[in-house]
Amino acid sequence: MKPGDFEFVSQLVRERAGIVLSADKAYLVESRLAPIARKEGMASIDDVVAAIRLRRDSRMIETVVDAMTTNETFFFRDKTPFEILETNVLPELVARKRGGTLRIWCAAASTGQEPYSIAMVADAMGPRLAGTKIEILATDLSERCLEKAKAGTYTQFEVQRGLPVQMLLKHFTKAGDSWNISPTLKGQVRYRAMNLLDDFRALGRFDAIFCRNVLIYFDLPTKKRILDRMAMQVEDPGFLFLGAAETVLGVTDAFKPVSGFRGLYARDTARIGARFAA
Amino acid sequence: MKTCLVVDDSRVIRKVARRILEDLSFAVDEAEDGAQALAQCRTTMPDAILLDWNMPVMNGIDFLRALRADPGGQKPVVVFCTTENDITSIAEAIQSGANEYIMKPFDSEIVQSKFAEVGLC
Ligand SMILES: C[S@@+](CC[C@H](N)C(=O)[O-])C[C@H]1O[C@@H](n2cnc3c(N)ncnc32)[C@H](O)[C@@H]1O
Repeated sequence: MKPGDFEFVSQLVRERAGIVLSADKAYLVESRLAPIARKEGMASIDDVVAAIRLRRDSRMIETVVDAMTTNETFFFRDKTPFEILETNVLPELVARKRGGTLRIWCAAASTGQEPYSIAMVADAMGPRLAGTKIEILATDLSERCLEKAKAGTYTQFEVQRGLPVQMLLKHFTKAGDSWNISPTLKGQVRYRAMNLLDDFRALGRFDAIFCRNVLIYFDLPTKKRILDRMAMQVEDPGFLFLGAAETVLGVTDAFKPVSGFRGLYARDTARIGARFAA
Repeated sequence: MKTCLVVDDSRVIRKVARRILEDLSFAVDEAEDGAQALAQCRTTMPDAILLDWNMPVMNGIDFLRALRADPGGQKPVVVFCTTENDITSIAEAIQSGANEYIMKPFDSEIVQSKFAEVGLC
């Protein structure tokens, strides 16, 4: 990469997505931009950067920012959050709602494994939902990921990461070498592009938010701003799930850890109910 | 230390599986077909069995049915590991008493994920 180009790209990605690329990530920029150069028929990644630096090519900006996101995900990632969702959070929310619709926001949905895992949990609850409908809104910055998520088509490798075989049999069909998620589950998840740096109030209010393994890429003030704004979008008692390497401690007081339940936070821990007595 | 019996007619696959399972802290035994595996199980029941489907002498599904009918044969956690990757085969394996199912090709991550699924690691 030309001198200055790494700084330019990392500045761009930070401004547009909040993602912090430390100085040792030049190799990452190179390896993510090389396929773009190839696809665009450009000689090298210097041309990709030039298209942005000199022409402010907005499609190229989007492509580069998208390419710099890390989309690693798998079904039922870390397992525990989904067990807590099934045994504690959903029963609590169902008891509060008594019918009606529960809204869950999956705020960094990547290629769909997380929102579909939530949908599978909801399905497994069956009569325990007491007629409550579950609506899942899945958002991500990456259009590329959202396309795949919407298609609901996974490779043999992907359906073997975290997904119990019973769930595979129950919710997937095979087409050639790929596995397609059932129309029923697909129908439970709505997808929308959303940058967490932007104003997300228009998404409405939610009964629980999954914001897992995305805050780790942001700096502290950005994490805080996002969590503080999420606290305004979530109904009592304000359930939030974070990734295993993430916490609100030292970031914000808007959410507090629910003690004894790893990865679960709430705005109002005093009002989470007896199901959470540690 | 938990024990795992690897049943596969391919020496290469057994070797690869052994290495992955030893990294997961299993004591590993090997068998080349279902009949050998059954004989070994009748001497000492392992905690887990990683099981191929297509093998000479006795295939994986016949082995599994025989095992589950044996006294103590309910105990081992059985994870199929096979190139059979159609829904009918998977369903048949589960109905015959398999606990999990790996479609080849596999890697250490898949083995670990599937073994964790059935509470083995
Ligand atoms: C590592 S994945 C996590 C996926 C899933 N939540 C999980 O835990 O498995 C992180 C996702 O965050 C998305 N992302 C990164 N920056 C974002 C932003 N500013 N707004 C919305 N999504 C963003 C990326 O596109 C990527 O799909």
